[in-house]
Amino acid sequence: MAESAEVSRRDFVTVVVGAVGAVIGLCVGIPAVAYLVSPALKVQKGEDWVSCGPLENYPIGVPTLFTFTRTQVNGWERTTISYGVYILRGEGEQILALNNMCTHLSCRVSWKEDAQDYVCPCHDGHFSIDGKVVSGPPPRPLDPYQTKVENGELFIFLQEG
Amino acid sequence: MTSKFVTWLDERLGLQGIYDTVFDRKVPKVNWWFTLGSASLFLFVMQVVTGIFLSVYYVPSPDHAYDSIQYIMNGVTFGWLIRGIHHWGATLMVIFVFIHMLRTFYYAAYKFPRELTWVTGVVLLLATLGMGFTGYLLPWNQKAYWATTVGTEIPGTIPVIGPFITSILRGGSELSAVTLARFYSVHIWFLPLVILLVIGIHMYLIIRLGISNIPGKDD
Ligand code: HEM
Ligand code: FES
Repeated sequence: MAESAEVSRRDFVTVVVGAVGAVIGLCVGIPAVAYLVSPALKVQKGEDWVSCGPLENYPIGVPTLFTFTRTQVNGWERTTISYGVYILRGEGEQILALNNMCTHLSCRVSWKEDAQDYVCPCHDGHFSIDGKVVSGPPPRPLDPYQTKVENGELFIFLQEG
Repeated sequence: MTSKFVTWLDERLGLQGIYDTVFDRKVPKVNWWFTLGSASLFLFVMQVVTGIFLSVYYVPSPDHAYDSIQYIMNGVTFGWLIRGIHHWGATLMVIFVFIHMLRTFYYAAYKFPRELTWVTGVVLLLATLGMGFTGYLLPWNQKAYWATTVGTEIPGTIPVIGPFITSILRGGSELSAVTLARFYSVHIWFLPLVILLVIGIHMYLIIRLGISNIPGKDD
């Protein structure tokens, strides 16, 4: 290394070019990355009690599918998202409401009367009537919804985002 | 260490030779007007990069084109910047390419042995104008719609084949989704690939022939 305390012209130019290059790189890089990831940062959160109709519509002891849709603004478009919830009525006010979205990779499960299981068509995940995993790849039970009954009408508590 | 590795690499890749030919070639003493070709090249690269970014959100359909651009402007972080650069870069590129042509004309740089450089340049100018014409329709707003109505009507005045040319440009007798889709395709595929190829030839010629001197009083 050079003994002299003075910075050589070559070193000076190298450092300046490097620094200016880094600044320009950031000025270009930050907007570019922000532009690409921006929609991912705008996840819409929301929660709401959703009506599933009169409780008496649901038979006792048999999981019954209730479907509804919600709309969301994604980019420049309104997107309709469908939800499915299996309602299982027990004795009295006992209600179990299960999200029909498989806990493995989000396919929709359906109740199979003959197998007495919820079956997922994608990778053959099986869940029992109370949502527990019976077999297959799903890592956890089906997700239950919080429920309430008001004047004979059933509601589930939906959390989005 | 670095230099040893670089030497090792270059023994295999031989990039030093390419570097010397491209960047260490001899040039006459010239002036700022000679930078306009490089400026055009830089603008072209900018248009390609920002254009690729715009295509992430833009949708070339009458139902979505306008709204997707509104989203880029107001919904996407730095969307206004990317679109702004592409918008103004387009205008700048036409201006720069045109003045570059004027400079090669006034300096008589098109003469032997550079005739082909000139001819490929003409193709580049026309393709650049074509980029402007096809890009102008894409926002699908009133200005875009009527500009393209008029622009595609103009060749219609050519005797006999004119109306046929108009309907080829429009992909039918009226402006429609078909027009928008084909303008988009020409704007992002056909013309950029033509420009890329012809810039390659243009640059090969410049490197092979060297750039011309500023003509003196006796020339
Ligand atoms: C996309 C458009 C274009 C690009 C990227 C481009 C690029 C370049 C570059 C980098 C040079 C080196 C010398 C200089 O910059 O002046 C050059 C030279 C030249 N260009 Fe272009 N050019 C374009 C369009 C045109 C047009 C429209 C013409 C004429 C019709 C043209 C004719 C020439 C000629 C004749 C030379 C040789 C100049 C000399 O040797 O002194 N170019 N071009
Ligand atoms: S998604 Fe249901 S088993 Fe894989």
